[in-house]
Amino acid sequence: MPPFPLPLDAMIGHYGAYAVYLAIGFAFGYVLEISGFAISTRLAAQFYLKDMTVLKVMFTAIIVAMVLIFFSTAIGLLDFNLVWVNTTYLWPGIVGGLIMGVGFIVGGFCPGTSLVSVATLKIDGMFFALGTLFGIFIFGETVHLIEEFWNSSYYGRLTLMDWLNLPTGVVVLGVVLMALAMFWAGEKLEQHFGGIEKPRRTWGRYAGIGALVAGALLVVLLGQPTTEAKWARLAPEKEALLEARAVQIHPGELLASLADDQLQVVMLDVRDEADYNLFHLRRAEHLPLDEVDAAIPDLRLNSTVNTVYVLMSNDESAATEAWKRMAAESVPNVYILEGGINEWLVTFGHDDPTVQPTPTPPVDDELHYVFASALGDRYAAADPDPHHYEIEYTPKIKLQIKRGASGGGCG
Amino acid sequence: MTTTTVNEPKKRGWRELLFGRPEQPYVNPYVGGALLGVVLFLAFFLTGNGLGASGGLNRYVVYLEDLVAPEHIDRLSYLLKMAGGEKNPLDDWIVFLTFGTLIGGFVSGWMHGRLKVETNKGPNISVRTRWLAAFVGGTIMGYGARFARGCTSGQALSGGAVLSAGSWAFMFAVFGGGYAVAYFVRRLWN
Repeated sequence: MPPFPLPLDAMIGHYGAYAVYLAIGFAFGYVLEISGFAISTRLAAQFYLKDMTVLKVMFTAIIVAMVLIFFSTAIGLLDFNLVWVNTTYLWPGIVGGLIMGVGFIVGGFCPGTSLVSVATLKIDGMFFALGTLFGIFIFGETVHLIEEFWNSSYYGRLTLMDWLNLPTGVVVLGVVLMALAMFWAGEKLEQHFGGIEKPRRTWGRYAGIGALVAGALLVVLLGQPTTEAKWARLAPEKEALLEARAVQIHPGELLASLADDQLQVVMLDVRDEADYNLFHLRRAEHLPLDEVDAAIPDLRLNSTVNTVYVLMSNDESAATEAWKRMAAESVPNVYILEGGINEWLVTFGHDDPTVQPTPTPPVDDELHYVFASALGDRYAAADPDPHHYEIEYTPKIKLQIKRGASGGGCG
Repeated sequence: MTTTTVNEPKKRGWRELLFGRPEQPYVNPYVGGALLGVVLFLAFFLTGNGLGASGGLNRYVVYLEDLVAPEHIDRLSYLLKMAGGEKNPLDDWIVFLTFGTLIGGFVSGWMHGRLKVETNKGPNISVRTRWLAAFVGGTIMGYGARFARGCTSGQALSGGAVLSAGSWAFMFAVFGGGYAVAYFVRRLWN
């Protein structure tokens, strides 16, 4: 597994991690201040095309961070799955953005810059910050009135690469080139409207442009690791878990876990539709094997501290395949139902006369039972009463502390 | 020649310590941007989270509300997530990041001689008008930032760098909103 981001809580404790955030915040505030972002007139000038400082600082920061991030993920140093990517609520985001644009030009700051302004004792910044707190308060009190719209057009963790269906490197290079074009146009505009002198062509400018373009090209050439490549890197460690049967849970443990309020068990049935329709466990979601890859971002996103995913197929082959993909893509707390649906029916289906073993010898990962009709989860064995069974098993579920991103800077 | 007395030992009071440093110019915007990019990268690289500001301010607001009217919090699901029951809304990384931002801004302002009690405004409005506009603009901004689930730092900067599709749509909307209204409020700044 890539070593970064660091499991800060596990490494240095809850408050140790907060100290790191405090230090990052310090650097953030410092850099905003030296860029002149404490001065409202300087920020507002952006909107009259007189001074393009905001555009230059923001887009330089974005492309520098972007190139560094995707270079780190390309060489396997950073796990992009554990990096928080703002989820897309398209229309609420656009409407909120338009409102903020108005607030920006009327008030002269954005929330981050107003903090630095307050810190350097600017009175207009203080009024702005008070207003921001008031606006936040109003939103919190009225959000229930617009909840439906506010939660609409949700696309989950959607990146530009997913949207454009292009390789990551190509998007990175495209964004770098777009930013450079914007800088060029921005400088022309501020020379025209702001009477700012044409900047000298120093070697630093060319070195900066060269480094960014070269970095982006390198990201294109290296490419991002595929699920297979990630699995190959993890295989020695994870195959050992499979061998030791550390992640295959007994049907009895699944039944007990479903009844456990402390756990949020999500069952994923990876068999084909015909088998799923014949028989499945009650509340098991149908997720065919070939759709697992596409579902992984949402599975990771919806995972909370006590979510446990349990994969099941007729025996174990398909479930194990799905487990490997989910492990490679850093989905936490994933287990396999030991012996699959067949073993489940051995355990809980023996008193149901409508469920009979197949007369032909069993084939791996196929149903070993015949069902009179496709009743799905309406068989008694689909939802056995935990109080009727006393089953001995070795408990294997151990909740892993969720690593990495916890919800972005907007939570 | 008349000179004032120079014999008197120079008293360095706290005012002098805070405000007495020579004012220095701001850095080149591309240099500032590159440094900001490195900070942003380190945030993602070390913690998996980006930068933010409005999320922290939000939690300060909820904290105050929870002090004044805890039973009110329990009735609104949006607030409940942050401060319901035993939950302390300040027990979150973004709160510490926001606090760090204040300290960082202060230290840089102090070091570069830019701590100054002042109001920055356009030449054609009074100080009071500027204060009012700042408060009103801040209110609009605070509302919009929660509406968009993040501000310029948490959405545009952080989401932009990790290529979130929604963040890029948001970013163009912010600039769009600003440019659309700039003409009508030009008196505030010009």
